[in-house]
Amino acid sequence: MSDASMTPAGELSSVARPARSSQHRLWRRLRGERKALLGLILVALLGFVAIFGPWLAPYDPGADDFDLFGPPSLDHPFGTDSFGRDILSRMTAGAQVSFTVGISVAALSMVVGVTLGLVAGYFGGWLDSLIMRFMDLLWAFPEIILAVGMVAVFGAGIRNIIIAVAIAYVDDFARIVRAEVLRLRQEEYAIAARSIGASHLRVMLQHILPNTLAPIIVQATFAVGLGILAESGLTFLGLGVSPSTPTWGLTLNEGRDFIRQAWWISVFPGVAIMVTVLGLNLLGDGLRDTLDVRGVRDSG
Amino acid sequence: MTQYIIRRLIHSVIIVWGCATLVFFLLRAIPGDPIIQLLGPEYTPQAADALRAKLGLDEHVVVQYFRWMGNLLRGDLGSSITGAESVRSAILTGLPRTMSIAALAFLIATAIAVPAGIMAALRRNSVADFAVSTVAFIGVSMPSFWFGIILILIFSVELNWLPSLGYASISDDGLWEWFKHLILPSLAIGAGYAAILMRFVRAGLLEALSSDYIRTARSKGLTERRVVIAHGLRNSLIPVITVAGIQVALLLSGAVVIETVFSIRGIGRLLVGAIFDKDYPMVQGAILVVAVIFVFANLIVDIAYTLIDPRIKYE
Repeated sequence: MSDASMTPAGELSSVARPARSSQHRLWRRLRGERKALLGLILVALLGFVAIFGPWLAPYDPGADDFDLFGPPSLDHPFGTDSFGRDILSRMTAGAQVSFTVGISVAALSMVVGVTLGLVAGYFGGWLDSLIMRFMDLLWAFPEIILAVGMVAVFGAGIRNIIIAVAIAYVDDFARIVRAEVLRLRQEEYAIAARSIGASHLRVMLQHILPNTLAPIIVQATFAVGLGILAESGLTFLGLGVSPSTPTWGLTLNEGRDFIRQAWWISVFPGVAIMVTVLGLNLLGDGLRDTLDVRGVRDSG
Repeated sequence: MTQYIIRRLIHSVIIVWGCATLVFFLLRAIPGDPIIQLLGPEYTPQAADALRAKLGLDEHVVVQYFRWMGNLLRGDLGSSITGAESVRSAILTGLPRTMSIAALAFLIATAIAVPAGIMAALRRNSVADFAVSTVAFIGVSMPSFWFGIILILIFSVELNWLPSLGYASISDDGLWEWFKHLILPSLAIGAGYAAILMRFVRAGLLEALSSDYIRTARSKGLTERRVVIAHGLRNSLIPVITVAGIQVALLLSGAVVIETVFSIRGIGRLLVGAIFDKDYPMVQGAILVVAVIFVFANLIVDIAYTLIDPRIKYE
């Protein structure tokens, strides 16, 4: 049974209220950040397209009964491809894949990285050395190279792409969280919690983890963008999701051979990737300023 | 200082050893029998045994590991499965191309980012600052391979100024041809790097310019130019160098992807081609070489700190 359920109702609401007001304050500060607001609007718009894509797409993304290499027109605002398929409809379907991969990569690398960073920073000693030396190893491989290697071993496909790219970004989360934990475990409230008999798990999860959330949120925002970029890069190399899935990276790659006669096939999916990652970077940057987080790097 | 360098060198060697081990076991982690995958439709038990013996996969994994390590120490990365070519010679052919792209990208990015970053910092909150920040945000969000395609579209297809494909070596084709073939791929990956560097130069210089020693320099009556260049910029170089170290990974990864766009047979295309051919010794070799370059580039960066800022003393 959790502590909250044992607390009398009156006390519970008094605990809940400051949380709500701090969220409100955060929202107000975020609203003041023009960058963050622009990022949020872009991400929300593209997220909307990703969720409601199937209803928004003008045509079936697989339908190939239009003119081949049709330039942008009123019927096909982004033109048609070498198979006579509507690019806008394919990009609408691709948004779902990109967001799924990006969010899954961020979630997976966050869960694994935060756990490792928390354990390494909290317990220190040989466990810290072991975990961090392994993180050094991951760091030594440029992310795309590591992901390419993983895909080479485990094969292409959306699940393997997510795992491969997520592993490549685990070390970023682990380092950020470890650095925070090293500082926080010396704080009085953490020492006090231990001295009254709280278990290590409880101190880590209830006292330390909540105080590391700001840099984690910022890093996770960037990680979604990094995941989308990495997926499009891998798919572009032919190592990504299956050719039947209309992703942005795949459409872009398909247009590469026809760049002289039909620039629109490659240009529009690239713009979609760029605008999405731009939105996430702006949001992440704004959150970093709002939450006053240092030491978290962005999509570079 | 010497002690620090030795310690860092040992640390780097350990990391490289770890990388080699990881790469070795990664290859062995392939689900199922890689020999069946390698042979595909040509699979027969005899062919499988022959290939297994050729790759040394018929021995115990520990024996294989020590043999691989021993060979590695002698610089022998094995031979390609698909051709008679040794992995080492394929990498030695590809490496100068990849390094040329990465090095030129670094130069282009620095040439763009440092003046732009300085201008943005000196004219804080001006239109120029806003423009630099906007371009930097776009640059960092853009997939390099897509930007490469856009560059081909503009400079090769429309303007017909530069070649869109291939590589020219300095020895055979001359410096100008080499440069002409490399400028677009280097610009494609340099743009993202320039974007990051620009933000670091701006932030570093802004911080430096608000320091006490800058006020002292100004109060001594130094010209603004001298204050910025001799005092501000030098002290803002530390974060620039730090980011340069981290971004070696970006340049190398970028080079790997961009080689596919421009059909340049560097390490990247070698790696991707080897994956499609299931040429695992080649995959191992290429990944390892990239990791080694990255680790040692960072070592050089760490040492460079002390040369730029004598205040940094390593224990």
